[in-house]
Amino acid sequence: MDFLNGLVALSNFVLIPAMAYGSQLALGALGVTLIYGILRFSNFAHGDTMAFGAMVTVLVTWLFQSMGISLGPLPTALLALPFGILGTMALVLLTDRMVYKFYRDQKAKPVILVIVSMGVMFIMNGLVRFIIGPNDQKFADGERFIISVREFKAMTGLREGLAIKTTQGLTVVTAVIVVALLFWFLNRTRTGKSMRAYSDNEDLALLSGINPERVVMYTWLIVAALATVAGVLYGLDKTFKPFTYFQLLLPIFASAIVGGLGNPLGAIAGGFVIAFSEVTITYAWKKVLVYWMPESLEPSGLVQLMSTDYKFAVSFVILIIVLLFKPTGLFQGKSV
Amino acid sequence: MKKLLMASAATALIAGAAAADDVKIGVILGFTGPIESLTPAMAGGAELAMKEVSDSGKFMGGSTVTPVRADSTCVDAAAATAAAERLITSDGVKGIMGADCSGVTGAVLSNVAVPNGVVMISPSATSPGLSTVEDQGMFFRTSPSDARQGQVMAEVLIEQGYKSAALTYANNDYGKGLSDSIASAFKALGGEITVTTSHELGKADYSAEVGTLASGGGDILIVAGYVDQGGPDIIRTSIDTGAFDVFALPDGMIGAALEDNFGDEIEGSIGTVPGSEAADSSMVVKMVAETGADATGPYIGESYDAAALIMLAMQAAGSTDSADYAAKIMDVANAPGEMIKPGELGKALEILAAGGEIDYVGATAVELIGGGEAAGGYREIVINGGKITTAKYR
Repeated sequence: MDFLNGLVALSNFVLIPAMAYGSQLALGALGVTLIYGILRFSNFAHGDTMAFGAMVTVLVTWLFQSMGISLGPLPTALLALPFGILGTMALVLLTDRMVYKFYRDQKAKPVILVIVSMGVMFIMNGLVRFIIGPNDQKFADGERFIISVREFKAMTGLREGLAIKTTQGLTVVTAVIVVALLFWFLNRTRTGKSMRAYSDNEDLALLSGINPERVVMYTWLIVAALATVAGVLYGLDKTFKPFTYFQLLLPIFASAIVGGLGNPLGAIAGGFVIAFSEVTITYAWKKVLVYWMPESLEPSGLVQLMSTDYKFAVSFVILIIVLLFKPTGLFQGKSV
Repeated sequence: MKKLLMASAATALIAGAAAADDVKIGVILGFTGPIESLTPAMAGGAELAMKEVSDSGKFMGGSTVTPVRADSTCVDAAAATAAAERLITSDGVKGIMGADCSGVTGAVLSNVAVPNGVVMISPSATSPGLSTVEDQGMFFRTSPSDARQGQVMAEVLIEQGYKSAALTYANNDYGKGLSDSIASAFKALGGEITVTTSHELGKADYSAEVGTLASGGGDILIVAGYVDQGGPDIIRTSIDTGAFDVFALPDGMIGAALEDNFGDEIEGSIGTVPGSEAADSSMVVKMVAETGADATGPYIGESYDAAALIMLAMQAAGSTDSADYAAKIMDVANAPGEMIKPGELGKALEILAAGGEIDYVGATAVELIGGGEAAGGYREIVINGGKITTAKYR
C-alpha cells in the first residue's frame, strides 16, 4: 500500500505534469528542428509564433463562446484551433515572403538568418501584446478534470490523491496524433519525401527537379501548424500570457539541440528529456521517499537537489553537457 | 529682461504668500502590474479626500487640490522612479500619495523623494525594511509594518488550531519581509514551518513550486503573494493536485479577484488585512464605490488618510513646501486636538486655520508611531460561503 501511495504521489506531482510539459516542448522543438533541417537556421521567432497562433485561437474561442458554441466536456479551443493554424500560416508565409526570402535569395549565412529571426521575434512579440495585451487570458472551458483528487481517493481508498486534468490528457493525445501525422507526411507523401531530400542534400535535390520554393512553403505551413498546436496546448494547460512563450524558447531549443537539430525523432526525445529532468531535479522527494523507505531511513529534510528557481538552469546544464560530449545530439542531427 | 525678472519675482512672491491657487499632489500607484485590480479604488480614496478639501474652499485661503496619477507598476523600480521623477519635475507636485508596493516605494523614496525633498505617504507599503530606511523625515505610511502583520497572522493560525504550515512568498521585498516575519512569529508561538519556497511573479506554471510545498506538507499553506499574479496560480495548482485545500492569506492576497476565482473552493481559508474596529472606512469605501471603482479591496481608507494627512499638514504649516509641512504630519495625525473623522476635513481645515490642534482619526484610526508609520490594527477574515467575511478585529 505504501508503495502505491508513493507511486501515486510521484505521478501526481512529477510524472503527469512532466508528460504534459514534455509533449508541449516536443511539439515546439519539432517546429524548430524542421526549420533548422530544411531552411538551415535557428528560428528564434518560434516561441512568439506559438504565442501568435495561441492568440488567434483564443480570440476565435471567445467568439465561439459568445455565440454559445461549445464542445461539451472538451475545451472550445479545439474547435478554434484550425482557425488559429490558418491565421499563423498566413503570418509565417507573409514574414517569409517579406523577410526571409530576401536573405535566402542573397544566400545569406545562417548566422545572419538567426539575427533576422530575432528581429522577427521582437516584432511578433510586440504584435501579440498589441492585439491581446500583456496579461493572463483565460480561455479554457469544458470539464476540468478527467479524474480529480477527491474522486481518485474515493475510488481507490489511497491516502494520496491523483489528478489528471483534461488539458493534460488532451495535450498528450494531441501530441501523439500530430506526431504520427507528421511522420506519415514526411515518410509517405511525395511532398514529405521532397522535403527530406532537400534537407539531406540541397544541390542534389535541386538537380532532381524539386522546386525549392514549394519545399520552403510547405515547411512553413507545417511549422505554423505545429507551433499553433503547441502554443494552444501550453496555454490551455497553464495559462495564456504572451511573455511566457518567449521564456519557453530556451527549453524548446534545449530540447531540439539535445535530441539533435534537424532530427524530428530527436526533437521529441529531447522534449521529454528536458521536461523530466527539469521536473525531477527540482522536485522535493520527501513525500515519495517517506512511503518508499523503511521507517528508520525516512528523510527528515526535503530531499530536493535544487530549488525550483533553478528550473531553467537545468535545461542549460543538460544542453552544455550534451554539446560537450555529443555535439550532434542524442539522435545524430546536424552539428550546431 | 528686467520686466520679465520683475514679473517672475512677483509671481514667486504671490505663490509664497499662499494666494488661492492650485496645489498638485501626486498619486503614484501600480495601475498596471500584480495589484492592478486594487489600485483604482485606492486612487479613488485619495482623490476623494482631495475633492473634499477643494470643495470646502477652506484650504490655504481657498486653494484647490488636483491629483496627478502616475503608474508605479508595483514591481518595476526603474519605471516607478521615472514616473515619480516626472511627477515632481514636470508636473510640480507638492507631495506624493504612494507608492503602493514596498520595493518600488523604497526605490522612489531614495531616488526621487529624498533627493528632491518631497513628502511621500504610502498607504500600503508594509515592508519592515521601510521602518529604518534613511528618509530625512520625508516618508510616512498609513499602514503598519509587516513585522506586526506576521505576529497577527501567527496568532490567528495558532488560535485556529494550525500547528504546521507550508509557506510560499512572492520573491520581492514585500513577500520576503512578510514571510520572514510570519515564520519567526509562528515558530515563537510553537508552530512549525515545514517548507519555505519563493515564487516568481507572472510565470505560467507553478507546479514545481507546489510539488515542493506538498512535499513539505502541513495543515495549511501560507501564500504571501499578490492577488493578481502568482498567488491565484499557486492556489489553483494546490487545489487541483490536492496538495492543500485551506490557505492563509496576508493583505496582498485579499481582494474581490479571490472570491471570483475560487469562491467556496477555499472555504475556511483565513486572512489578515489592516483595519481596526475604531476605524470606519465605510463612508470612504461607499463614496469610492459610487464612482464605479471596485471597492472591495484593502487600503482604500489608508489612501484617503494618506492624502488627507498631506493636505492637513500643509494647512497646519501654512505652506505647500515639503520642508515646512513634513514636520507637521505627526502633529495632525496624533493627539492632542479635536478628533477628525472622514468627511470632516473641512472642519479640520477651519480649526487649523484658526491655529487650533487636531487629532486626525480618519478612515483607519490613524495613529503614527516610530518613524511615522501606523500603529496597526488588523482585521481577521475568513472565507465563508465563498465570500470574504470579517471574523474579528485584532
